[in-house]
Amino acid sequence: MSSLSLRAIRKSFGPVDVLKGIDLDVADGEFVVFVGPSGCGKSTLLRVIAGLEAATSGTVAIDGLDVTGQRAAERGLAMVFQSYALYPHMSVYRNIAFALENMRLTRAEIETRVSRAAAMLRLTDYLDRKPGALSGGQRQRVAIGRAVVRDPKIFLFDEPLSNLDAELRVATRKELASLHAEIGGTMIYVTHDQVEAMTLADRIVVLNQGRIEQVGTPLELYNRPINRFVAGFIGSPRMNFIEAVAEGAGRVRLSGGNGILDLHDVCPDTARPGIGALSVGIRPEHLVPVDSETPDLWLTVDLIEKLGSESYIYGTLGDGTPLTLRAAPDDPAERHQRIGIRIDRQRVHVFDEAGRALGR
Amino acid sequence: MTVSLFRQTRHPGRIGWTDILSYAYLALGVVLMFGPVLWLVLSSLKTPAALLEFPPSLLPLTQKTVTVPGHAQPLELYRVRMPDGTVRELAQVRRIGIQAQMLDPADPATIIRVPIEAREPIREMAFAWSNYTEPLQQFAFGRYFSNSLIVTIVATIITLIINSMAAYALAIYEFRGKALMLLLVIGTLMIPITIVLVPVFLVITQMGLNNSLWAVILPGAATPTGVFLLRQYMLTLPRDLIEAARMDKASEWQIYARIVLPLTLPALAVLAIFSIMWRWNEFLWPLAVLTKSEVYTLQIGLNAFQGELQTQWHYLLAMTVMTLAPVALVFVFLQRFITTGIANTGMK
Amino acid sequence: MADASPPTRMMPRDALAARLWQAASGLLDRPMALVQRLVGGNRMAWIFLAPNIFFFGLFVFLPIGINIALSVTGGTNLFLGDRPHVGAAHYEALLDCRSYLEPGSCREDHFWKGVANTLKFTLFQMVAMVGTALVTALVLNRKIRGRGFFRAVYFFPVLLSPVVVALIWKWILQRDGLLNAAITTAGGQKILFFVDPGWAMFWAVFVSVWAHMGFYTLILLAGLQAIPADLYEAAEMDGTPPMRVLTRITLPLLWPNLLVVLVLVLIRAVQTFDEVFVLTGGGPGTATVMIVQYIYETAFANQVQNFGRAAAASMLLGGLLFALTMLQLWFARRKAA
Repeated sequence: MSSLSLRAIRKSFGPVDVLKGIDLDVADGEFVVFVGPSGCGKSTLLRVIAGLEAATSGTVAIDGLDVTGQRAAERGLAMVFQSYALYPHMSVYRNIAFALENMRLTRAEIETRVSRAAAMLRLTDYLDRKPGALSGGQRQRVAIGRAVVRDPKIFLFDEPLSNLDAELRVATRKELASLHAEIGGTMIYVTHDQVEAMTLADRIVVLNQGRIEQVGTPLELYNRPINRFVAGFIGSPRMNFIEAVAEGAGRVRLSGGNGILDLHDVCPDTARPGIGALSVGIRPEHLVPVDSETPDLWLTVDLIEKLGSESYIYGTLGDGTPLTLRAAPDDPAERHQRIGIRIDRQRVHVFDEAGRALGR
Repeated sequence: MTVSLFRQTRHPGRIGWTDILSYAYLALGVVLMFGPVLWLVLSSLKTPAALLEFPPSLLPLTQKTVTVPGHAQPLELYRVRMPDGTVRELAQVRRIGIQAQMLDPADPATIIRVPIEAREPIREMAFAWSNYTEPLQQFAFGRYFSNSLIVTIVATIITLIINSMAAYALAIYEFRGKALMLLLVIGTLMIPITIVLVPVFLVITQMGLNNSLWAVILPGAATPTGVFLLRQYMLTLPRDLIEAARMDKASEWQIYARIVLPLTLPALAVLAIFSIMWRWNEFLWPLAVLTKSEVYTLQIGLNAFQGELQTQWHYLLAMTVMTLAPVALVFVFLQRFITTGIANTGMK
Repeated sequence: MADASPPTRMMPRDALAARLWQAASGLLDRPMALVQRLVGGNRMAWIFLAPNIFFFGLFVFLPIGINIALSVTGGTNLFLGDRPHVGAAHYEALLDCRSYLEPGSCREDHFWKGVANTLKFTLFQMVAMVGTALVTALVLNRKIRGRGFFRAVYFFPVLLSPVVVALIWKWILQRDGLLNAAITTAGGQKILFFVDPGWAMFWAVFVSVWAHMGFYTLILLAGLQAIPADLYEAAEMDGTPPMRVLTRITLPLLWPNLLVVLVLVLIRAVQTFDEVFVLTGGGPGTATVMIVQYIYETAFANQVQNFGRAAAASMLLGGLLFALTMLQLWFARRKAA
């Protein structure tokens, strides 16, 4: 169990800057998830932490000790690879024991540790099998076992669930969460799936184009995204964005909307001079269909997805802006119908022209 | 510690001892692999006299000579250290024991006596292109070259056509006896020409093809390697393509010639290169079957030449270079293609 | 073929070869359509197979039969009708030895000298060839600047003809050659490499390794590159020392390719002829005569052409090759499985 700190990490592959200065501290025992769209640099950052990739500049410190110059083998970390990277010619037992043999532990010690890990991951019956004879989920558990058995300073996970089918992914996600609860190690987890990030993380690091956009707990990111990127990335379905102009303090006029929206409670400073065009972000779950002559918005329905527990209505506003909203499963709206919508004013986010959230 | 010893350096800017060792090994490889060929080419440009020199000079050098009025033969030029310490360029008239009679080309009347250890030959680069031109005129070398060319081209065309036909049959159709046919083709892999040298000679003799180029071309035309290479590739073609062509009422021959073969081009190219290489370099079988020098291929001609003219290295080396040159050219242009082709098929 | 992606490249329309082929194959359109009407669509397979099968029959399968017939008949005549039956006499003559360990004690001492030399050659060559090819492949598999160039450097002799290869080295190794110049410059005595049996065998092995190692390097390199990079990264994360990565990960995963290479080298080495023949002529004396050279000379180069004896010897060699090829196919199947 260890803490990690990154200072001004940069990484370039030739002319391409993949990481553009990353500063981050991870506390002992924390479960941190790196999330972002593909190509945002999250995997590279993980590999820099692992020591598989050398940073172009910046320092990596574990427990306050600078390990930037050390190779992966010397850092005492364990990694679960996206492809699992199991040694195909070794049995499950040997796969798990391999790192322990490298550490020159006694045979008895290895035996104890492997069987403990195998029992925890329900692999005891498969120890003699080769990875080729295992199912995807079993391989995944072997990969985790290989990491667990070493008792590493930090666990690194590189999109470990992306090769599993949807059902198994949910099950394994739960197992990972309980694993963290059980052994309590410091874990760093990379994924592009924001649901995984929300469900697993103590803290989420949102990365975009080689930079950290925001760091925070899942609910912080959901409730108070500091910019349009984070707001759009966290939450499913995505947040809706509607262009708007300020009409005095705390008052905005939505493009395609009816009249002026009073947002005094959430965003009083829209009247700041020179603020320019705004955009207003509202999550689908904070829009409600209303039977009113003067709703906040008029929406023409394009498509309705009925999921049973709830329905999603996709439509367009008068000016063509697309909008998604969550409705009750028995909502009577129909395709091509024009319906009125009320905005939950307490849950609205306002962004300036550069995409920064305007404070509450 | 570094895993990179057997993998790769990931940490830029660090050069470990393993990197140095690797590059040293590779540098040694370059010398050992390229050196001999370079030496052959350099040597092939030397005059017979320069070839006899020991130790040999690296570059083709000959002694510089000068024609002096009053002397019928050109005289050899030397750089001479005079007793007064000056250095002069003198031409040697004759050598008597440890003394040499020399003269200044500018003043041919005066003979200067010089101890032989005070003189040092002046040499210049001179390429003996005659090593290349003379064998073409004096010996049937041009003939060998064209024989090799004919054998290579004709044999490769036949190989490509009949092997692709067989591959097409074994890739596209389901028929009784297919498994047996596949087995037969595999079986021929086990019977190289070294095993059936004498009986194939008998067959060729019986066919009256002795000492004709057909004797070299025909026996190796059907190759199991080629059939398998092409069949493997054809198996990857989408079946729908052939079904669609059949729906369009294309005949089986047209499907083969117009649809499957053009799509098999990458594999055909690999086989063509293999075939060219096999035929151009073939030795044992032509050696056995070709006994008249007018049908010799390059390899056989070269071998005969080295037996007959043990001393005429200057011609032999030049002809070796000429035999090597086409292959070298092909390699320079198709290097990547050849190496990946071989790595993919594991065949040669 | 690794290039298994569906090929989309069509033959260039304007390529001369393509046009020629179109014209030539077009001539056969009608006759082949007629044939197809006669035999039916599916039986066209046999029509397509026919030329290849004809060649195989004439130059491979028929000769096997003839070879057997030749090996049990005697005389100097080539055609079977004129040859008297001698039973197993050729085989008895070939196998008649007081001691198989001493070629000199055999009736056909040349044959046994060839067998002994071939075995010696094969053994040395296999070790040297696989060793150098493996080391070279491992080095080339590292992140080397200019890997393509170095790969080409090691590979290009593969394309050279055996005669050219032998002449290149003969020129270097001759009495007044480059190597002796280097030796005398370094203060040593000239060595007559082709007069000393030990040196002649050494150079026979060396030259054949020089000429062919690039091919095996290529196969091993392809095998090494097929090992997923993340296994090495996993090993690095597992804190594996370099030597252990080699012995526990690289070599075990390369093993199937290594086996194939080993057997391939073996099969080729047993049939060695051309380079050694041109390089040493089998000499000094019979120090580097190989089995194939014995067969060739017995049938074609000797004063009395003993076709029967040569055929019997090639039957014995054929039996050996058959066993080795079976071994190779077995390994290949295991690799595929």
